[in-house]
Amino acid sequence: MAANTEKPITLDTFLIGLWRENPVFVMLLGMCPVLAVTNSVVNALAMGLATTFVLLCSTALVALLRNHIPKEVRIAAYIVIIATFVTVVDYLIHAISLEIYQALGAFIQLIVANCMILGRAEAFASRNRVSTTLVNSLGMGVGFTIALLCLGSVRELLGAGTLLGIPVFGDSFEPWIIMLLPPGGFFVLGAWLLLFAWFKERQLKQKMTGAGEAGVHAR
Amino acid sequence: MHADSLTYIFLNAAIINNFVLALFLGICPLLGVSGKISTAFSMGLATAFVMLISSVSAWLINEFLLYFNLEFLRLIAYIAVIASAVQLVEMTIKKFSPPLYRALGIFLPLITTNCAILGVALFQTNYEYSFSQSLVYSLGAGAGFIIAIVLMAGLREKLELADVPAIARGAAMSLMLAGILSLAFMGFAGLGGSTA
Repeated sequence: MAANTEKPITLDTFLIGLWRENPVFVMLLGMCPVLAVTNSVVNALAMGLATTFVLLCSTALVALLRNHIPKEVRIAAYIVIIATFVTVVDYLIHAISLEIYQALGAFIQLIVANCMILGRAEAFASRNRVSTTLVNSLGMGVGFTIALLCLGSVRELLGAGTLLGIPVFGDSFEPWIIMLLPPGGFFVLGAWLLLFAWFKERQLKQKMTGAGEAGVHAR
Repeated sequence: MHADSLTYIFLNAAIINNFVLALFLGICPLLGVSGKISTAFSMGLATAFVMLISSVSAWLINEFLLYFNLEFLRLIAYIAVIASAVQLVEMTIKKFSPPLYRALGIFLPLITTNCAILGVALFQTNYEYSFSQSLVYSLGAGAGFIIAIVLMAGLREKLELADVPAIARGAAMSLMLAGILSLAFMGFAGLGGSTA
């Protein structure tokens, strides 16, 4: 790409990560933590925030150094930057809450291997100003966190009958343990993707028949 | 079987706690490169090879870092080793099999961000495995990854011919498949006694 690809900051810079290019539901990036730690809402939230923090810091630094990193070694440089911030987050969570630290386990350190962060560094931060990058990364981070919460809430609700640890359904509810186990993660994410695909198709149909003027907007 | 025996470590990494289907590591290639069995198998082999190299190097590095009290550098050192190992594999494949190189495409450099590989290195450090245990653990993890991705590719090849509703095609269906595979692998829990 040419050097002059810097985009101005618009509302879209932020919103693009929330919906149209949502890292989880649309781009299918960073799947491993999405499936692994979303067995409760609290874990999902902690993971989302940690990832957002790493994403913000590392893409900002990449954007800052974008003219100084040689093209040949850029991926290695990005990885080292990301690993540095992940180490920070790792020690931070360890200090704040031992309980969450143990629940998330190795997945905090595995944020390094989250392809979403490297993807944003390569595709956006390396050719945009720091301010634009920050806004875009914030949108992506929030989008990622929302996706984690979508999965976490469904899995906790069905798998344990609670939400944020508070019982919801009363005593007669028999929890679906399977939702907390690995297969549940695959099934719930698959179901969310199905839901969005169905939604998109319906919107497309409405557009074709010209019945729903309001739903035509490309979101 | 004893929890520290090499056989158990291998079985545990490959089947009981399969890296992909039970621990959710390396989902991206599972969804991305599982279109054809042959490509999936090559991808699995490449990943298993990188796993082996990086696991052995990670063990040595960890000993080194522990000796100098530099544990906080562990993550950065591990990922640097993995990135170099991936570069090595990439150059080798490009030289010896250009068609395979094209088939694997972007997913080859992305092995660097395959959490399964970093996962092997981190878990073996957490479990405080000895050198031979680490070696067997990474071999088991590699075998487990190959099993998972080849099974997945086989299922998807069959499903090419099936009549799937249009909205379920693609990622949603792959995830459902992975879920069913994962269910099946849960049946292996408890294999090798109650040491798990």
